[in-house]
Amino acid sequence: MTAEKQILVETIDLTKCYGDLTAVDHLNLKVEKGSIFGLLGPNGAGKTTTILMILGLTEPTEGKALVAGYDATRNPLAVKSIVGYLPDNVGFYDELTGRENLYYTAALNGLKRDDAEKRITWALERVDLLKDGDRKVGEYSRGMRQRLGIADVLIKDPELIILDEPTLGIDPEGIREILELIKGLARDDGRTVLISSHLLHQVQQICDKVGIFVEGKLIASGSIDELGTQLFEGKSLQVELKAEPGGESLVRLCRSIDGIQEVRKHGDFLLLQCSKDIRHVLVNRLTAEGYTLMHLRLKGFSLDDIYQRYFQKEGYHGQNISS
Amino acid sequence: MAKTSVLDNIGFDSMSLLQANKGISAVVGKELADHLSGKRFMILSLLVMAACMAALYVAASTIRASVGRDELDFVFLKLFTTSGSSLPFSFISFVSFLGPLVGLTMGFDAINGERDRRTLSRILSQPIYRDALINGKFIAGVAVIAIMIFSLGFTVAGLGLIVIGVPPTIEEILRILAYLVLSVIYISFWLGLSMLFSVYFRQTSTSALASIAVWLFLAVFAGLLAGMVADSIYPVTDSADVDQILLNTRLHQNLSRISPTNLYDEAITTLLNPSVRTLGPVLLQQAIGAIEGPLSFGQSLLLIWPHVVGLIAAVLVCFAVAYIVFMRQEIRA
Ligand SMILES: Nc1ncnc2c1ncn2[C@@H]1O[C@H](COP(=O)(O)OP(=O)(O)O)[C@@H](O)[C@H]1O
Ligand SMILES: [Mg+2]
Repeated sequence: MTAEKQILVETIDLTKCYGDLTAVDHLNLKVEKGSIFGLLGPNGAGKTTTILMILGLTEPTEGKALVAGYDATRNPLAVKSIVGYLPDNVGFYDELTGRENLYYTAALNGLKRDDAEKRITWALERVDLLKDGDRKVGEYSRGMRQRLGIADVLIKDPELIILDEPTLGIDPEGIREILELIKGLARDDGRTVLISSHLLHQVQQICDKVGIFVEGKLIASGSIDELGTQLFEGKSLQVELKAEPGGESLVRLCRSIDGIQEVRKHGDFLLLQCSKDIRHVLVNRLTAEGYTLMHLRLKGFSLDDIYQRYFQKEGYHGQNISS
Repeated sequence: MAKTSVLDNIGFDSMSLLQANKGISAVVGKELADHLSGKRFMILSLLVMAACMAALYVAASTIRASVGRDELDFVFLKLFTTSGSSLPFSFISFVSFLGPLVGLTMGFDAINGERDRRTLSRILSQPIYRDALINGKFIAGVAVIAIMIFSLGFTVAGLGLIVIGVPPTIEEILRILAYLVLSVIYISFWLGLSMLFSVYFRQTSTSALASIAVWLFLAVFAGLLAGMVADSIYPVTDSADVDQILLNTRLHQNLSRISPTNLYDEAITTLLNPSVRTLGPVLLQQAIGAIEGPLSFGQSLLLIWPHVVGLIAAVLVCFAVAYIVFMRQEIRA
């Protein structure tokens, strides 16, 4: 079937318990081939544990993880040969050069000397570290290490790339570069990328789909737009509106639209309490009556609201630890 | 795509075996290079080298002073075993004292060092079996120990040949080779032990401390403790009879043989002193009628065979426990 996207990673009731604590709780996750999937959740949600189980580095208490059809517990070598993994806080041998570090990885992947050299040069070029390749890793900055980590992942030419907190502790410019790089890996090379992060805002911009992960459970998953619907289903919606000319006539117009229950003034904006998404109707009416739309936002559907609801406290906590 | 087809799966399994072996050789290569170019190894080699040269010098001058006075049986072996008044240590006592230190230094941070550097999960996410890492590290360690011990032994033998001018007999060469092999096995025991600690303890300082504690205990206190236990079970007083004394000695000896240090010391003494005929207590009536003279190499080897087996078993136990603990650990870091 061509219409259906191929699933590269699938977890089936994946569960991990540490004593009484259930770090990952019956997780069912599907990642499509060629997409960028963001596993987003506050610290301690179980993201790293999930990744370790997908790689076969930790045994699940229950359930299983499949990568390209291979069971990670029973056939870890098959999984590890197509998955590139960048751990959070990745480490290298400081006394070796970037190139030598990558050479070890190449050797572990069974690459011959010539092939390895070529691949290393290609990978270093890809992450823009070619001129620093012969410097000792001990001299690298945090951002350079992270990029070397991505080069390291590329050495085995992976189908799936798993990145655990790839933007942690890096300056904004570095984050932009790395996200751009990651995006390229999926768009240009057709690789599948799984990113875990507790920094929702940084990572969501490059994800095709995200899963919101809290206390071991996936509470919502899908594209960013779908998420809001899932998370706030059944709750009444708020729409922020600003249009010219404002005033009483605008308020009256809003009241007349079916589905809008209440209209309040809130500074420059009008806050509309609605029972369903009325944005289409609203915009059509406004243009028909000669208003100019200045601002329209659906509150409660946006990431900010998701962020505030699940991430705020833990998110800042994580920032502090990393800096 | 093709990755999931049955044919590919079969192809993959035979491929993966090859791949896993390549994994070990990659680890061995990396670890060898690390050891041989590292400062730690250089400092240790210099220390051991200096100590052994001093021992050789003392031995050579003692032997030359006694030329013509004593019988000169097995002169070449005496190079390794003789100490002098200026330096109460011989070559073999230096090796048996410093050897464990070499093994410990090479292994105490084998696994937790990788954890500390946060390289462990990156390495183990490569397509190698988890045991390839620990096997590779152990093999590389043993290889480095062998290189060190054999080059040391050959250096001393070569210099000794120049200094005393008497070539070794075949028998002596065999004994020295056996001694060197045994030393490699003994030091590998310490390597295995410290690697076990490096798997078990998350902190490198803890594993270093634990290794040194065991070393001191086995080298110094174990013999003492064995004596105390033997004395309390079979007290030897002035009026004690032969049986009591014999029982005491036997128990003491068997208890202290639990320590690989003791096994090694007994074994090399036997190997390098052909005149050692037995390792237990000897009664006068047993000695009467025994033919004077040294044992042949084969007989010496027979005498210490249990020791050799015991040492190899100790190495294997250490390594096997390290292996099992490591295979069950979660790799996070
Ligand atoms: N080895 C362990 N023993 C006990 N609890 C653990 C262990 N590793 C992780 N945990 C717990 O599992 C939960 C999930 O951890 P983790 O997967 O690292 O979260 P995340 O990566 O999302 O921040 C946390 O509450 C953590 O304390
Ligand atoms: Mg984590």
